Amino acid sequence: MTDKVLMKGNEAIAEAAIAAGCRHYFGYPITPQTEVAAYMSKRMPKIGGTFLQAESEISAINMVYGVAGAGFRVMTSSSSPGISLKQEGISYIAGADLPALIVNVQRGGPGLGGIQPSQSDYFQATKGGGHGDYHLLVLAPASVQEMADLTVKAFDLADKYRMPVMLLADGTMGQMMEPVSLPEPSEVKTEKPWAVTGTKGVRKHNIINSLYLNPEQLEKTNVERFEKYKLIEETETAYEEFMTDDAEVVVVAFGIAARVSKNAVRAAREKGIKAGLIRPITLWPFPKKPLLKAAEKAKAFISVELSMGQMIEDVELAIKCSRPVYLCNRSGGMIPTPEQVLSAIEKAKGEN
Amino acid sequence: MIVFDKPKALTDAPLHYCPGCTHGIIHRLVAEAIDELKIDGKTIGVAPVGCSVMAYDYFTCDMVEAAHGRAPAVATGLKRAMPDNIVFTYQGDGDLASIGMAETVHAATRNENITGIFVTHAIYGMTGGQMAPTSLPGQVTQTSPYGRDVKTVGYPIKVCELLSALDAPYYIERVAVNNVKNVLAAKKAIKRAFENQVNGKGFSLIEVISSCPTNWGMTPVAALKWIDDNMIPYYPLGVYKDKDKEDK
Repeated sequence: MTDKVLMKGNEAIAEAAIAAGCRHYFGYPITPQTEVAAYMSKRMPKIGGTFLQAESEISAINMVYGVAGAGFRVMTSSSSPGISLKQEGISYIAGADLPALIVNVQRGGPGLGGIQPSQSDYFQATKGGGHGDYHLLVLAPASVQEMADLTVKAFDLADKYRMPVMLLADGTMGQMMEPVSLPEPSEVKTEKPWAVTGTKGVRKHNIINSLYLNPEQLEKTNVERFEKYKLIEETETAYEEFMTDDAEVVVVAFGIAARVSKNAVRAAREKGIKAGLIRPITLWPFPKKPLLKAAEKAKAFISVELSMGQMIEDVELAIKCSRPVYLCNRSGGMIPTPEQVLSAIEKAKGEN
Repeated sequence: MIVFDKPKALTDAPLHYCPGCTHGIIHRLVAEAIDELKIDGKTIGVAPVGCSVMAYDYFTCDMVEAAHGRAPAVATGLKRAMPDNIVFTYQGDGDLASIGMAETVHAATRNENITGIFVTHAIYGMTGGQMAPTSLPGQVTQTSPYGRDVKTVGYPIKVCELLSALDAPYYIERVAVNNVKNVLAAKKAIKRAFENQVNGKGFSLIEVISSCPTNWGMTPVAALKWIDDNMIPYYPLGVYKDKDKEDK
């Protein structure tokens, strides 16, 4: 790690990606993630990499598909409406089992929505997004430091499992500045014998493809992919627990909502309420086990989200609806205050 | 002595194309160019969505299957990551001139150093004969059952004319494969398009007028004649842009 520097979250993603060995970036301007593209446009030409402002998000993700097929570390970034445009390409990348990083610095929706922070692409990110049977591995940073660290982790996971990984941030994470220790340049070297780099006349041709006209074959590839997903659920689920040991009210929140919630949990403890926080770091796979374990002692859960309530469904499923789950939320680019979360904790405590 | 052999750049997989379809000829011309330039080992082909979706099974070089219309973007990624490799796209008219028009125009205007093979036959083949962006005025298809009415659905897109209006692209030519003379000219053009890339010249696109006897509802021979009588008059053959000449 380097000495701490003050950086915007979006810039930290870009610099961390370069440290992780990514030399190919394709994007299209959209607020609030444009700093990633701007940063890459300055850096990539100086280190022999590719920065290309594509004609659309659709083209950008298909350029990513090409580079990923050739076996190089590659990424794109966008914000909510742009991520919707990329979904076709993301489905193809998943269907062709290619590693790539897609960053979504979320803004409010639906439609053109707004440009303020949001977490309302949770369903899209964790339940598929594009067509067909597939998952993305979804990482949710809650600080500028994690924007950098999880970017590196995302590339490693993408290569390890040959699948697209999404960094699901939000406008706050993208725009805010915090001190960050940037990762040292390193790259986990992964053999990619499947990549299309030219046969050099010494091997049979490689084909990057997601078409299987034989339904039995398509089913087989889907089943195999889901066996991989099962392994990922068992080994790669990541989360942070804060004061959950004796917690009666467990707040579940990720990203900026978790930052706000942590303050509320501290305030609740000062008032004598046994509150705790579980912060999913991987949104897919969702940390079901720690939630179910917390439900043994907890009387109630609160899902704090910058959406109309999306993750709350996964919270309910994780604890098998064994405890009441309350929603504490703001939408459309608004952010819940610690006071709002604290009063939700007090209300949950009072009712259970 | 063997006087006529299958190009090495073609696999032994039997082609799935309809009887009388000229995709097979165009595949062969591409493969011959790859063989003659001895670039098979460093070539990556990008297949489209449409009749030639399974082109990835027919070429011995590395292949990528792209989403509908996105081949030029995929090829851009491949070429940017591996500038010393040879990257070609193979697309039909729905793929290139309808859903993928933005990718096509922008790859051209970046003078992306790739080779585009664009197969025009004025109809959607794979989905069973719907109107294409290149269907002729008055042409009857499944989705223009009363004939293409230019007042309501507009005129066909002339891709070579359109792309040659851009400053950037290096080489644009339209050829046909409906008779021996035209096939020989098509071969020369396709080879030139690969040579341009080998020499680092930039974007080359060869539009190849092809036949679709199945969806045109004609015998293969009548379909070849229909190209002479209807397609070529609307889509004149020839070189539309050649920067070699412009530069001199």
